[in-house]
Amino acid sequence: MAINQPPCAGPAQDRPSDCSVQPASADPKANPLKTTRRDFLRSGGMLSLSSLMGTAALMTQSDNANAATEWAEHFQKNYRLMTPEEKNEARLRLERRYSDEYGKKVAVDTTDAQPGMLMGYALNIRKCIGCRRCVHACVAENNQSRGKRPGEKIEWIQVLRMERGKFEQEKMNHGYPEGLGIQVGGNAYTPAGQVLEGQYHYNPKAVPEQDATYMPIACMQCEKPPCVKVCPVRTTYREGDGPVVIDYNWCIGCRMCMGACPYWARRINVTTPVLPKEEMNPVTHYLGNRPRMRGVVEKCHWCLQRSRHNRYPACVEVCPVGARKFGNLLDPESEVSKILQRKNVFRLKAELNTFPKFFYFYD
Amino acid sequence: MQQLTRFAADYVGYVLKGGTKFYAWMGVLGLFIVGMLYVFYLQNTDGLIVTGMTSQIHDGLYFANLVFLVGVAAGAVTIVFPAYAYHHEGMHKVAVLGEMLAITAVIMVMMFVFAHMGRPDRLWHMIPIIGIYNFPHSMLGWDVLVLNGYLVLNFICGFYYLWVKYTGGEINKKWFIPLVWVAIVWALSIHTVTAFLISTMPARPMWFHSMMPIRFITTAFAAGPALIILIFMIVRNNTKFWVDDSAIKLLTTIVTWCLGLAIFLTMSEIVVELYARTEHANGLYYLMFGLHGLTKLVPWFWSSVVLMIGAFILFLIPRFRNDFKLLPIPCVMAFAGIWIEKGMGLIVPGFIPTPIGEVAEYYPSFVEVMMTLGIWSFGFFILTILFKGAIGILQGEIKYGGPVAAAK
Repeated sequence: MAINQPPCAGPAQDRPSDCSVQPASADPKANPLKTTRRDFLRSGGMLSLSSLMGTAALMTQSDNANAATEWAEHFQKNYRLMTPEEKNEARLRLERRYSDEYGKKVAVDTTDAQPGMLMGYALNIRKCIGCRRCVHACVAENNQSRGKRPGEKIEWIQVLRMERGKFEQEKMNHGYPEGLGIQVGGNAYTPAGQVLEGQYHYNPKAVPEQDATYMPIACMQCEKPPCVKVCPVRTTYREGDGPVVIDYNWCIGCRMCMGACPYWARRINVTTPVLPKEEMNPVTHYLGNRPRMRGVVEKCHWCLQRSRHNRYPACVEVCPVGARKFGNLLDPESEVSKILQRKNVFRLKAELNTFPKFFYFYD
Repeated sequence: MQQLTRFAADYVGYVLKGGTKFYAWMGVLGLFIVGMLYVFYLQNTDGLIVTGMTSQIHDGLYFANLVFLVGVAAGAVTIVFPAYAYHHEGMHKVAVLGEMLAITAVIMVMMFVFAHMGRPDRLWHMIPIIGIYNFPHSMLGWDVLVLNGYLVLNFICGFYYLWVKYTGGEINKKWFIPLVWVAIVWALSIHTVTAFLISTMPARPMWFHSMMPIRFITTAFAAGPALIILIFMIVRNNTKFWVDDSAIKLLTTIVTWCLGLAIFLTMSEIVVELYARTEHANGLYYLMFGLHGLTKLVPWFWSSVVLMIGAFILFLIPRFRNDFKLLPIPCVMAFAGIWIEKGMGLIVPGFIPTPIGEVAEYYPSFVEVMMTLGIWSFGFFILTILFKGAIGILQGEIKYGGPVAAAK
């Protein structure tokens, strides 16, 4: 099994056989993983898989680092149940595999939630001009699949373009229902202000457009997330500092969470994500933007790889009009807290009691 | 122990022997099963991209069949219940066949689960102790629990009964009868929980109503017995086993009135949703008339309406329900109608439009059709084996001590 063998410390392209006695980690402070096999065996239920582990041990002999690493990944625990040592092993395994796969040094961060932090988000819909820079920045930051075939292109943010609509004099006599003698209403309008009946595939010459308003939407990071409740394997959960995350290695791809989400915030990787080497963002978080695999669900996580290190999520950083605000809801001095205190805010589909930590406001 | 090995050997020996018709039937099914294995391989190397499913419409033909087959499994209780609660003579004779059908249907459900998963290799994550089982929060967790329980219950009840017949002993009523009753209640639970699976999601207004479980039960108790009648007709014509007229007549009555109820519930839903015509009715509206010019499901819906109402009317005509030559016609219509209504007609429009108002369409790909045909073939494959073995034992052709004992 791959974890019997100290992972490669050298540059990413090195073959593990060249460096099998070198320190265990890309991070020199990390311990060499000598006792891992015993820990691994001790870790309860895995015992029943011991016959498979025999095969796994055989595969360690193979030259193919990826195969052995992937094999070890198959038997790792749910991230939340891992001991710190196991988390470290999992991190090293992934760093090695990703570095090999993408031909650059990839870091997988495992920073935990910090106490006293509850992330929140506010969006000024008056300011949004529909430029969709947030959509593109998100894709570049978070290693989404960007292929051509349907289902291969994944975006976590949708900017819905909504018609302004109007009432017209000529339509005054168009009754409702139309063409029938009995009329119970009018038809003088064109759809206006119908929340969530918009288009997110639009291609204007310039933004903002005269006859449109924009409504960006993404994962609401609910306090009572319906997606978490329905997950049969508890692979998706709310982190201590707020965001709802997914352990991609534990997800079985049943897609119950996608059905339960009222905001259509989740995507299924219908095939191995298309992620060109040169476009891959090597700064990743385990629960965040690390490259996903075929058949698992993914979603926005407020750029954990950034936000856990006091940086704004990519969408906040890129927004040219400053419509997007992000900060600590527990800190009364933070921008989000001040918006909650002073502005008119609303939550999307508030009647569903999901209690989003994503607020809309206008000024 | 020796008895048990003899039982297994005799059972397998009997089941494997058959005429040309038997081998041809099994051979054809085998071909489809091979096809299924191939597309399963494709799906697990290329991924779900070979299916018609997307992030917008992520449950399709597989989930539809899964839901439908849970109904068929639950439908077996329409034999077992009259047999044990009303001591119906004709039903009692065939109760074990109902249990065999339930076993088959649950196995098919599990195969559709495998087909549906994005990562079937990780299904062990659901097994308690080595994995995590999100119980009692996850409705899917409940579904897995009740389905596996139902499989075990039917396996024990069915094969214990056959075993007693085989050895020529007496049934131990002390635990057998209570277990049968547990299985009867359990049958209701599997379909109720499957209904909860989709009706507990406010994100999907088309499914989010408390009528769902009773609608599931009525459609199940129409489609299940309809299939059972068809199978019994085949059994009567092709084996030495005679299914009593009284059993088929009672099943016909059950199908008729459950079908009537199902139609009533569908119509109630249509009135409630389309009278107010809120945004939440968009899914049903799409199904019935299409939305924004997209109409792929419209013919499915109306064909299901025609089939179900047509079948109901035919069932009410004495000539059809009493003439066993004509009876299969409304049975096939009811079965097909409900398969459409509960499958494509219920699962797919639940996703249209998406929660953010996007209207996308879904159509099953070749891979999905092949997989579905393959799993159904596999179902008929094991159903043939289970029925053949059960009938052999019921007829006394498989008996402990061999043909000498059987002749006595």
